[in-house]
Amino acid sequence: MAQANPIQHPTQHVIQHVKQAFVAAIWLAFLTLPIMVIRVDTVEKTVTWRWMNLAYMALGSFVLALAWYCMMERRDQSQARKDLETVERDSALSRFLSDPRFAKPLMAFGLLVAAGFPWFFSMYQTNILVSALIYVVLGLGLNITVGLAGLLDLGYVAFYAVGAYTYALLNHHFQLGFWTVLPLGAVLGAFFGILLGFPVLRLRGDYLAIVTLGFGQIIRLVLENWSAFSFGPSGISNIDRPGLFGITYSVEQATTYMYYIMLALVLLTIFVTARLKDSRIGRAWLALREDEIACQAMGIDNTRAKLMAFSLGATLAALMGVVFAAKTTFINPASFTFMESAMILAIVVLGGMGSVLGVILGAFLLMLLPEYLRAFSEYRMLIFGFTMVLIMVFRPQGLVRAKRKVYKINVEQAG
Amino acid sequence: MEYFLQLFFGGLSRGSVYALIALGYTMVYGIIELINFAHGEIYMIGAFMGLIVAGVLTALGWPALSILAIALVVSVLYSAAYGYTVEKIAYKPLRSAPRLAPLISAIGMSILLQNYIMLAQTPDFLPFPRLIPELAFMEPVSNYLGTSDMFIIVTSLVVMVALTLFIKFTRMGKAMRATAQNRKMAMLVGVNVDQVISVTFIIGSSLAAVGGVLIAAHVGQINFAIGFLAGIKAFTAAVLGGIGSIPGAVLGGLVLGWTESFATGYVSSDYEDVFAFLLLVVILIFRPAGLLGKQRAQKV
Repeated sequence: MAQANPIQHPTQHVIQHVKQAFVAAIWLAFLTLPIMVIRVDTVEKTVTWRWMNLAYMALGSFVLALAWYCMMERRDQSQARKDLETVERDSALSRFLSDPRFAKPLMAFGLLVAAGFPWFFSMYQTNILVSALIYVVLGLGLNITVGLAGLLDLGYVAFYAVGAYTYALLNHHFQLGFWTVLPLGAVLGAFFGILLGFPVLRLRGDYLAIVTLGFGQIIRLVLENWSAFSFGPSGISNIDRPGLFGITYSVEQATTYMYYIMLALVLLTIFVTARLKDSRIGRAWLALREDEIACQAMGIDNTRAKLMAFSLGATLAALMGVVFAAKTTFINPASFTFMESAMILAIVVLGGMGSVLGVILGAFLLMLLPEYLRAFSEYRMLIFGFTMVLIMVFRPQGLVRAKRKVYKINVEQAG
Repeated sequence: MEYFLQLFFGGLSRGSVYALIALGYTMVYGIIELINFAHGEIYMIGAFMGLIVAGVLTALGWPALSILAIALVVSVLYSAAYGYTVEKIAYKPLRSAPRLAPLISAIGMSILLQNYIMLAQTPDFLPFPRLIPELAFMEPVSNYLGTSDMFIIVTSLVVMVALTLFIKFTRMGKAMRATAQNRKMAMLVGVNVDQVISVTFIIGSSLAAVGGVLIAAHVGQINFAIGFLAGIKAFTAAVLGGIGSIPGAVLGGLVLGWTESFATGYVSSDYEDVFAFLLLVVILIFRPAGLLGKQRAQKV
């Protein structure tokens, strides 16, 4: 009667996972042994041994590895199920969100909460939310370049810097106000986008990525070293906050005012990008992303579409730069490092490339997570990095999968 | 002339280290088309392992050169293990994922490793012991070629020759070349692709560790953030030479090293990094596939 049972009993799985996790824990403990345990002082020539760390490490990695293997199994199972299905199934979340019965009231509720936010929460919270909203727009801007047109831009923060420095310098030298510089910054951003766009159009894929990365570095290094122009690493302080018909207001009111400006800009950006996505140029971008040659063969002007994507993304980044400078009233080149570009890219990819809703969620997640992880202050970036890896491993398509607009034709009626 | 030679050899030793790191990028890219952003961190971990071994052994009173040798070996072994593990955790589960997913996972891994070293060791700069003594026979040229520069150049050369021989003549090397050409075909003819990828990561990480220990001994101080800029520069070198091409990575590293060295020497030291990236932009505009990269016709 004892036949080999092809379907393993669940407890057998668990035992197997425990074994795997045990091996993984030993391996990780061995791997981290020198760095976690030994601490050397080469000047005094002394060595400190911290053996307790090894025990923590082994225990921690055992628990993590066990969770990892269990989740891996679930992931593979659902993957196998998906392979069997011919029609792609949406996740519960995106189905829920795309259903107009729920989506409309949800949106109204979201707007209501957003409109009343500064009245119910402290200035500190509002400030955090303003930063998060800035990243929403940055994410949506990069989403045009990366998510829609498929041009991997690793130097996006350069355009953000262009906007911020435009406002800071014009304000410092000519006392120009926020509302005057806002459109100027946008124009300058678009100009820089085209400036960078022209030479890099011939490059594809990763070459494009590294050139944009180089461009981002160049802008930051120039800002850092050309002190006569940009005041160097010490930056520019005392930048004016946005004016409101000449009324003077307190810092607290300024935060609220800033919040509403940002909210309006976010809504505008959402509206514009959502409309663009289904427009002629938006669909040209999608085609470009999928296959450049086929796209050209269909009569789409590749150069124009790429330049449009680049400069539109740059425009939004520069706009946000102006807002950022006005919000913090102080900027220096340290705000525009590669890490910032990586963060914005992470927002786009984590949220779901090409999906407007996903990018918004991604921005909130990535901006609010480190903010509220401050309780674990030292460990927050560690946790953040690990979370990025985990989300990519278990949900590589992002939180919300982008959906193409589908035109349904009812065959029965047509026939 | 002496100034020129000084810059020349300075650029050569700097370029050799870039080349060592760039090789890791280019090999990984050649096989799985991934910009391994965590590679700079592996280099940094290599330097830290070197520091730890050197610290323990100097406390025990060993002679400098033997410490250097042991530090190199241990750090190569450990960095290789790190590279292998990083690949298994962050990239292997993403083989069939969308193209940008492994890139983001790599960025996450890079943040994770940096913070891990910062928390487990220290956020400050640590002095690295002088492991490379001034050799007597180097005296006549010491004005423009220091012993540590010479050490870096010779070690890199040896490592690169060994790598070339490995890729050219061993079974594994052949399998690697096959996988780089066409992964699916390689799989069909019986190449164990997972193993090839693991070996690639192990070799790339070992090379980065050699670079890390050498540069740390040369510069004399390290901290947890050194991997970032070195990583970007090395990747620039890899792209410069034509990514995926092994001689290209070496050439790219040397060109980058010389550009930086001469530009800082003759123009201005403030804009060292700007020159590096400007060079990259200019070369890619005129030769979009890098110096030694193949200009392939696009297939439909």
